[in-house]
Amino acid sequence: MTHKPAKLAATSAAVMLAVSPAVFGDDEPLVIGTMATLEGAFASAGEDGMRGFEMALAEYDYEIGGREIEVITESTDTTPESAVNAAQKLVSVDDADILLGPLSGSEGIAVRDYSRNVDGVTFINGASAAQETTLRNPSENFFRFSTDGAQWMAGLGTYVVEERGWDNVATVAEDYSYPYSQVAGFLYEYCDAGGDVAERFWMPIGTSDYSSIVYSIPPDVDAVFVALTGADAVDFLQQYRDAGGEAPIIGGTNTVDGTVLSAEGGQRDHLVGTPSAAPIPGDWDDADWTAWVDRYHEMFGDDALDEPSVFAHAYYTNARAMMAALDEIDGDIDDDHANFQQALADLEVDTPTGPVGLDENRAAIANMFLREVRQDDDGNLYNANIGVTENVSQTLGLPRDEFLALEEPSRNHPQCSEIR
Amino acid sequence: MTQFLAITLNGLTLAALYFIVASGFTLVFGLMRNINLAHGAFYLLGGYIGFEALQASGNWFFAVAAAFVAIAVLGALLQMLVFRHLDGQELRQTLITLALSIILADLMLWFWGGQTYQIAAPEAFQGPLRTGLDVLPAYPAMRLVNIGIAIVIGVLLWLFLTHTRTGMMIRAGVDDRAMLQASGVNVHRVFAATFALGAGLAGLAGVLGGTVESLSPGEDIRILLASLVVVIVGGMGSVVGSAVGAVLIGLAQQYGLAYTPTYGALYTFVILIVVLAVRPQGLFGRS
Repeated sequence: MTHKPAKLAATSAAVMLAVSPAVFGDDEPLVIGTMATLEGAFASAGEDGMRGFEMALAEYDYEIGGREIEVITESTDTTPESAVNAAQKLVSVDDADILLGPLSGSEGIAVRDYSRNVDGVTFINGASAAQETTLRNPSENFFRFSTDGAQWMAGLGTYVVEERGWDNVATVAEDYSYPYSQVAGFLYEYCDAGGDVAERFWMPIGTSDYSSIVYSIPPDVDAVFVALTGADAVDFLQQYRDAGGEAPIIGGTNTVDGTVLSAEGGQRDHLVGTPSAAPIPGDWDDADWTAWVDRYHEMFGDDALDEPSVFAHAYYTNARAMMAALDEIDGDIDDDHANFQQALADLEVDTPTGPVGLDENRAAIANMFLREVRQDDDGNLYNANIGVTENVSQTLGLPRDEFLALEEPSRNHPQCSEIR
Repeated sequence: MTQFLAITLNGLTLAALYFIVASGFTLVFGLMRNINLAHGAFYLLGGYIGFEALQASGNWFFAVAAAFVAIAVLGALLQMLVFRHLDGQELRQTLITLALSIILADLMLWFWGGQTYQIAAPEAFQGPLRTGLDVLPAYPAMRLVNIGIAIVIGVLLWLFLTHTRTGMMIRAGVDDRAMLQASGVNVHRVFAATFALGAGLAGLAGVLGGTVESLSPGEDIRILLASLVVVIVGGMGSVVGSAVGAVLIGLAQQYGLAYTPTYGALYTFVILIVVLAVRPQGLFGRS
């Protein structure tokens, strides 16, 4: 396979855009290229993301300002190369007007960098949640109405210190950028509220045997903050209990999500009461939210997950914002997207989890949710909503220069001493 | 001290799992020169079958037996229907096993999905074993059971290979296949039995692994890689070698993970490189 240089792709796309209205009139459909991981281990995440996307477009009957919307979807595999390949294909072969995606953090950074060189196409995020994508060195042409992994932790650190009285924790997380930002997001508040970190453990992603880490966790900690995903989380939680570990767990966004709570076969009674934080509320009796969840189940029936995932929520939010902005300008993007991008930047869009707007770097400001694992009458575990943190910005309420002065999240940062 | 002791035990219990998988792998290779790259897929499929059998019967030991038998039958069928027609064409056989591993992985993803499965241990072995000792107050009971099972399997394999007629034929075949054939033995039957045994052991290990760890897509490749390293270090074709290799790799992985988590994966391959450089046929392999 050969790839045209980005510039050539950009030029051809721009030429197509400039030419097409004159030749075809306004009846030419608006082409939206989407990217999601529809293969490999993250296939179910990508599929759920696309469900969220479809929900937003269905609200507008796939039509804007009398112009039909055509959707072309490309699959990626969570690697930056696959995302850039998909984006190039959508721009240069399919002449997409708007790109929506990708799903994973490192894909998002790669697509942001690619978006700098492409004129006449607007890039909107899918579900990628790396802090880096919009915090430092953002692209003028990349809009993110979903939030990052550090924002997702809002409210949790304060809650565990003040409500639960846990001020000495160990952290266990996978060793790459997304868990760094989750641990950092937790620590910014937790340290500020007076908590201390006993020890940090960073595991290679895909570790199955955590037994040796379990014995390294100091026995006198109040709780263990765990930011692991999927099988890694299931393995750690089971092995920690099997080894006699008794400290309560504090969950990252994925540690106690539906995939882990519903993992077949395990006995995880000890997870009841585990607090976590996420961009979605869990079981919440808010009318907008329940209506949205009901519509999700109505549209997708048996294919749907028990509850929409963070991926469905993020793709929905981004697609909903895209449609709202297009609606404001009647689908007229022929001025090289200037109107459209202005509308996106100024937008405050209503979502099932509250209003979402953008900061000056085009990163989302949105509500975050505190949850707690509970058990229903049938013995199934679920997350119940126990609180909302409103309007969480990417700098977590700190002035931007003060936040940027902190070290980037990494294995050793932030230290509590840097925060207090 | 507690930590060191626990980590050593973790290494040994992990080695128990690796040994069971790798002994089947090495038997098949020793006799048939067939590098079975679908061995990891057999492991994962065995685990899933064990999970379903446990759901249906509620008996963990039945689940182990069901996985062993089901994967053994699959192995025997493959040998009789596919590999026997490609006798002596090792490269083609290996390519077919590679294709099989990919096909099986996709079929399993389609049928069982991407979520994580855990097999519940028998009630007596759930959770920690309280030892009452200060030096190691609690240890996962199921991991100790795995060591026991691995030792039993090791002893049974040894008895089978040294004291039964089929076992003797297998050993004779490992040493000189042409001579075994020439002396009138139906080698295809011996091959089918060996392949069934090797595959069955992988399936059985899948249930053990699914009980102390978990089952999800990707585990097949991980366990295949681990058993490849174990048999290369121990010596292709040697059951004793796979036991020693398993202990070395199991301990290296656990010490690595506990003391230098970031570079944990490195030690496995350092051992591999040293063995290949100093003794390319493996510690117990014959040149």
